Amino acid sequence: MGDPAIELDAATVRIGRRTIWSDVSMRVDRGEFVALLGANGSGKSTLLRALLGALPASAGRIAVLGRAPGAASGEIGYLPQRRSFAPQTRLRGVDVVRLGFDGDRWGVPLALPWGRGAGRAREARRRVAQVIELVGAASYAERPIGELSGGEQQRLLIAQALARRPRLLLLDEPLDSLDLPNQGAVAALVGEICRVEGVAALLVAHDVNPLLAYLDRVVYLAAGHAVEGPVEEVVTTQTLTRLYGAPVEVLRASDGRLVVVGQPEPPAHHHDRHDDGDHGHSHDHGHAAADGSGHAAAHCSAAHDRGRVAAHDEGHAG
Amino acid sequence: MKVMPADAAHPMLTWDVAHDVSQLLEYHFMLNALLAGSVVAVMAGLVGWAMVLRREAFAGHTLSMMAFPGASAAALAGVPAALGYFLLCAAGAAALGALSSARRISWSDQSAGIGAVQALALAAGFLFVSLYGGVLGDLENLLFGSLLGVSDGQVLLLVTVAAATIAALAALGRPLLFASVDADVAAARGVPVRALSLAFLLLLGLAVAATSQITGVLLVFALLVAPAAGAQALTARPLASLALTVALGLLVVWLGLGIAYFSVYPAGFFVATVAFAIYLLCRLLAQGRGLLRRRGRAQGEGEDASAQPAGVIA
Amino acid sequence: MLSQEFMRNALLAGTFVALACGVAGWFVVLRGQVFAGDALSHVAFPGALAAAAAGVDERIGLFVATVAVGAAIGALGRGALARGSAGSSAADDTAIGTAFTFILGLGVFFMARVSMSSAGSSGVLGAHTLFGSIFGLTAGEARLAAAIALGATALTLAIARPLLFASVAPEVAAARGVPTRLLGIGFVALLGVVAAEATQAVGALLLLGLLAAPAAAAHRLVRRPFAAIALAGALAVAAMWGGLALAYAIPSLPPSTAVVAVAVAIYGACTTLA
Repeated sequence: MGDPAIELDAATVRIGRRTIWSDVSMRVDRGEFVALLGANGSGKSTLLRALLGALPASAGRIAVLGRAPGAASGEIGYLPQRRSFAPQTRLRGVDVVRLGFDGDRWGVPLALPWGRGAGRAREARRRVAQVIELVGAASYAERPIGELSGGEQQRLLIAQALARRPRLLLLDEPLDSLDLPNQGAVAALVGEICRVEGVAALLVAHDVNPLLAYLDRVVYLAAGHAVEGPVEEVVTTQTLTRLYGAPVEVLRASDGRLVVVGQPEPPAHHHDRHDDGDHGHSHDHGHAAADGSGHAAAHCSAAHDRGRVAAHDEGHAG
Repeated sequence: MKVMPADAAHPMLTWDVAHDVSQLLEYHFMLNALLAGSVVAVMAGLVGWAMVLRREAFAGHTLSMMAFPGASAAALAGVPAALGYFLLCAAGAAALGALSSARRISWSDQSAGIGAVQALALAAGFLFVSLYGGVLGDLENLLFGSLLGVSDGQVLLLVTVAAATIAALAALGRPLLFASVDADVAAARGVPVRALSLAFLLLLGLAVAATSQITGVLLVFALLVAPAAGAQALTARPLASLALTVALGLLVVWLGLGIAYFSVYPAGFFVATVAFAIYLLCRLLAQGRGLLRRRGRAQGEGEDASAQPAGVIA
Repeated sequence: MLSQEFMRNALLAGTFVALACGVAGWFVVLRGQVFAGDALSHVAFPGALAAAAAGVDERIGLFVATVAVGAAIGALGRGALARGSAGSSAADDTAIGTAFTFILGLGVFFMARVSMSSAGSSGVLGAHTLFGSIFGLTAGEARLAAAIALGATALTLAIARPLLFASVAPEVAAARGVPTRLLGIGFVALLGVVAAEATQAVGALLLLGLLAAPAAAAHRLVRRPFAAIALAGALAVAAMWGGLALAYAIPSLPPSTAVVAVAVAIYGACTTLA
């Protein structure tokens, strides 16, 4: 079957003196759609960065597409967190997607009507159109990207990540700023891409519900460790309680949605405004306040209330 | 460009600070320079504080450039230079105000517009200078000022303008602060954000026009930006950084002028250099403090991060 | 007009300098680094004067100063992103502003040194550095200026695509192996070269007219990146030709003023019409 798209073997990542997570083993095969779940601050973005080769593993082994992280960057489509364009950005969607195709090649794309240049230009245009069609953005791709809605921009960014036919898609909280219908639509899109194009996808989310119908497996990251498996095995009271080492309850609503109650919050790392994103923990901490009502204040309080609902349900779109 | 008055014997810097300072204050020109410099330091410091807060350094620099076509147009038209300064700075402020309140304008477009306005103004200034056949020495004065050749009349004008500017700033102070820090909320609360933007730019133009007649066009900016930027790097509390700005501005002027007195080199150089040095110092202090804070935090939390027990305390 | 040698020299140097300004300027506007460009042009002044004070050809001082400061700005800045929010770029502007007031102070210092060593010549040098001297170029100087400007243009075009990628989507570009940080530094250093070149044509203080105005006009008119880059270059060259022609026709009109006036007029026309 070939190398798995992602393979972690008892991997540990440390930043400075802090161990973000340790002894994590997981595997994502070709064509699989896997969600990476966990509360804010659990180290999900850190894992993505480790897969991209931006952070080294302090222990254990990480292999991406059969190679060391960072070696196969041309075959990975990456969608970083919280990317949106200023409303006045005039670059068209098509141009943004095109960057994903050949933006890293030096020089200017010469649209000469003869020779190799012409062939490459035609191929680029064809692929860009194809991938825009795939994500369903054909009707608005020619407009300036600053004018588009969050969901539309997200689709174009996915198209950008797909432009070079990657074998692996890494999506960092793509559903974060979308409304509910769009969350479902993007989740469905990713699922279809995995099926049709045979691309493996690791999607970071902190709410599993929009993804339930399309996922193959989940990896749940918490308290510095991870659990991997099908949703119905991982997102359960027993498994999560074991993982957190604290009483956590998983409730199933009548329509099948899952609600996690009693999740302990990781320690809040207060950093001043001038922190750059290079300190691994600040990524996850940055949107801690977005995690539903009451949590923003709770983060800075010393007392920890186990009765708080870290609800994973409707209304907590980000 | 006045470096030293022709009749002064070259003074020597001694280790007796009291003696040096009293030497400084012997000459009327020096007294005037210090007085004018102090007034400028306070006014430019206060206005510059708001400018740095509103992140309008580029606009401020452009406005200080307006003084150049102002002075040369005035010379060409035969009207007092001060008139030219004030009119052109006001016109520039209006142009920049129009730019900043244009609908849906991105920062790239806005900064390009500011650049275009600046280039046009300077190009016009050069045209005026070449039209009236101005001696190049005047050009230097225009650009670098004549701190050590300030007349009593100039000091009076400066004090008047400074008083008016500071009064205006005090009146606008709170809504301006609100609009600068959180424009959307302020607008919702009824603060006339756009009008305030324009008013502030006009105020900035006024302060610049008054100052540049003495310190020269290119060095106004040093007193506008460096003390304020340094103070705001050190503290975020408004009143504290405001007070610090004024204190730093005065320090810059006194130190710069004081050193210049004992040197053959132009005063402008020392003022600009001291300003930059003080800014760097403030930035370094702020960095050092931040590093210490972070290390203290990391030490307190680092040890038990890996052994996450049940019930993590936030 | 073309029979005059000074005009031919001016056109030769001016055309390629304008082209370099337009092409580089498109990226400057995209990345919100206009103030950095302003700072670099101001740096040219003390650079030239320092060289004169040291008895070296001013052009060497020009280039060393602008490239060195350009690299410093690129390295110290957070890397202007095209994200358009006044937050990051404008905050960098404050730091840039303080740095170059110091540099201007240095200009004053060197001006004093030059006037001490050789009375009177500093004024002329100052005026030329600040406002250009394109009608005073010799054939050799014009050829050199044109060659350097052409080289700078070619280099900008060579890094155009990854620079665009890094400006629009920095994390994705970095993940793809684009050296975003190095590109950022290199670009501002390259801008230094362009600034030094343009200083000889239109002068340090008027550089922004060629750097910002045609590029901003191109941004508004055309959305396709590479077509816009070409347009920016074309508009800058048009401004140069128009300005030089005007200055030739009206002797009391300085060429640098004319070029900047035409460039800003083009920008104004495009802004109101687009």
